[in-house]
Amino acid sequence: MQVDEKTVRRIARLARIKVTDAEAKALEGELSGILDWVKQLDEVDTRNVEPMTRVTPMTLKQRADVVTDGGIADDIVANAPAREDHFFVVPKVVE
Amino acid sequence: MTELTKLTLADAREGLRRKQFSSTELARAFLAAIEAGNKALNAYVLATPERALAQAKLSDARLAKGDARPLEGLAVGIKDLYCTKGVRTTAGSNILDNFTPTYESTVTQNLWDAGAVMLGKLNCDEFAMGSSNETSCFGPVSSPWRRKGSNVALVPGGSSGGSSAAVAAELCLAATATDTGGSIRQPAAITGTVGIKPTYGRCSRWGIVAFASSLDQAGPIAKTVRDAAIMLRHMASVDPKDSTSVEAPVPDYEAAVGQSIKGLKVGVPKEYRIDGSPKEIEDLWQQGIAWLKAAGASVHEVSLPHTKFALPAYYIVAPAECSSNLARYDGVRYGLRKPGHDLIDTYEATRAAGFGAEVRRRVLIGTYVLSAGYYDAYYIKAQQVRALILRDFTEAFEKVDVLLTPTTPGPAFGIGEVSGDPIQMYLNDIFTVTANMAGVPGISVPAGLSSEGTPLGLQLIGRPFDEATLFRAGQVIEDAAGRFAVPERWWA
Repeated sequence: MQVDEKTVRRIARLARIKVTDAEAKALEGELSGILDWVKQLDEVDTRNVEPMTRVTPMTLKQRADVVTDGGIADDIVANAPAREDHFFVVPKVVE
Repeated sequence: MTELTKLTLADAREGLRRKQFSSTELARAFLAAIEAGNKALNAYVLATPERALAQAKLSDARLAKGDARPLEGLAVGIKDLYCTKGVRTTAGSNILDNFTPTYESTVTQNLWDAGAVMLGKLNCDEFAMGSSNETSCFGPVSSPWRRKGSNVALVPGGSSGGSSAAVAAELCLAATATDTGGSIRQPAAITGTVGIKPTYGRCSRWGIVAFASSLDQAGPIAKTVRDAAIMLRHMASVDPKDSTSVEAPVPDYEAAVGQSIKGLKVGVPKEYRIDGSPKEIEDLWQQGIAWLKAAGASVHEVSLPHTKFALPAYYIVAPAECSSNLARYDGVRYGLRKPGHDLIDTYEATRAAGFGAEVRRRVLIGTYVLSAGYYDAYYIKAQQVRALILRDFTEAFEKVDVLLTPTTPGPAFGIGEVSGDPIQMYLNDIFTVTANMAGVPGISVPAGLSSEGTPLGLQLIGRPFDEATLFRAGQVIEDAAGRFAVPERWWA
């Protein structure tokens, strides 16, 4: 077992996903199984191998630092589950 | 009018130009087929008849004026991972709820600019995570194919299962799809259709719901190699909105279809011969080798020594990138919200309710491998292995022009047959995931039927940006194998 229930709860908290007790128990086995399986990568000698950063040999593109879009506040809030005018409405975060 | 749905994309193009039928007639034939068959197949999650008929009307006007664009009036389906302006886009997930984009993905915009007509949005695994289309919030898609003498519902593959099923069942001329670990090629293989994942950077990712950004690529699923070539030419482009879009003109892929492969050097990677592989997969592979030889190619054994590590490395890289990409679903800016007692609780409740089990599992794996203390052991290690996988391909392509492999380890399985252990499902991508890890293009072409009477495919993998060779060699396989139509239209 690579991950115990406590670890499941810690990563679920980091990932901002609520898990029930039953789910945490099941995930313990599922996540451990996957992590045990990927551990076979330890067989590969990767000393002096540069980790891949991109698949095609290209330098990242740059563009002029100018405004190319904007004035679309209506569009941006159009799909918000709760909004007021051009604001997203969220639960109170500051007392 | 049902006969119109049987046409290939190329034949429909010809028929429209010769005025044998109109784009409106074509669209109506497909809309009727969707109406009649989709209940049983569940390939479309949203049909867009009004939009299809409006586009078809415009196409008919242009065709009448002799002003036809390359895909004028041709009816296609769009995987529900592509954002379509004003048309609900869900990625197969409850968390996107009734998300209705206010913008259009570059690939679909390219298709509309070329004159194509949209029939609707196609089912897919949730956020394209799956190999069977069973993780969709809209439920599984049934393949139009069934085993001989059986009415057990089979999967159409995944994640582009709606796309493969719709093309195989003739509910569209062709469809868009996406491929992160095999999600175009595996569904194409097991439904008797053609699917190509182009080189990373060939199609813009802009406006396609992100899963694993260093692996995701758009591509078509179509009835024939020629149709796939036509589709890809008009999906691909150089896009300033995607920084990984490659600055290279899009070739006329269709011109490669039908060209000779005399003198082509075909590599057969020995590591793709796996223990316990069914004999019919090996036989299919040998048959493919014989076909290519008969057409004048030479065949050479090659070695890609890191092949077996591609899938485990993928299951570090892809979940890591997905956990990062899916952080945006916070219940604030769009999609579902489940109110909690404070902001964090709202996030946690929303994401628990909105994500399905497989997506949650991958987000958690990704969060774990990226967390403090584990990043080097998992993520950096996987990216090092990935560099070695790319090196394998680069060295192989110094000796040969193209690689031939099976697409899948077996034929379509039944809905619900592969469940319980997630790794069993992941193994579907064992032959396809390598091309994503290395960024190279791969095509699956129907090559035969299994002992169960269901389709099997062969995969050709090419050098970066050499899709033309895949279409050229793919056509040779199609010519030799013939096409595979579903024997019985049980769904309509």
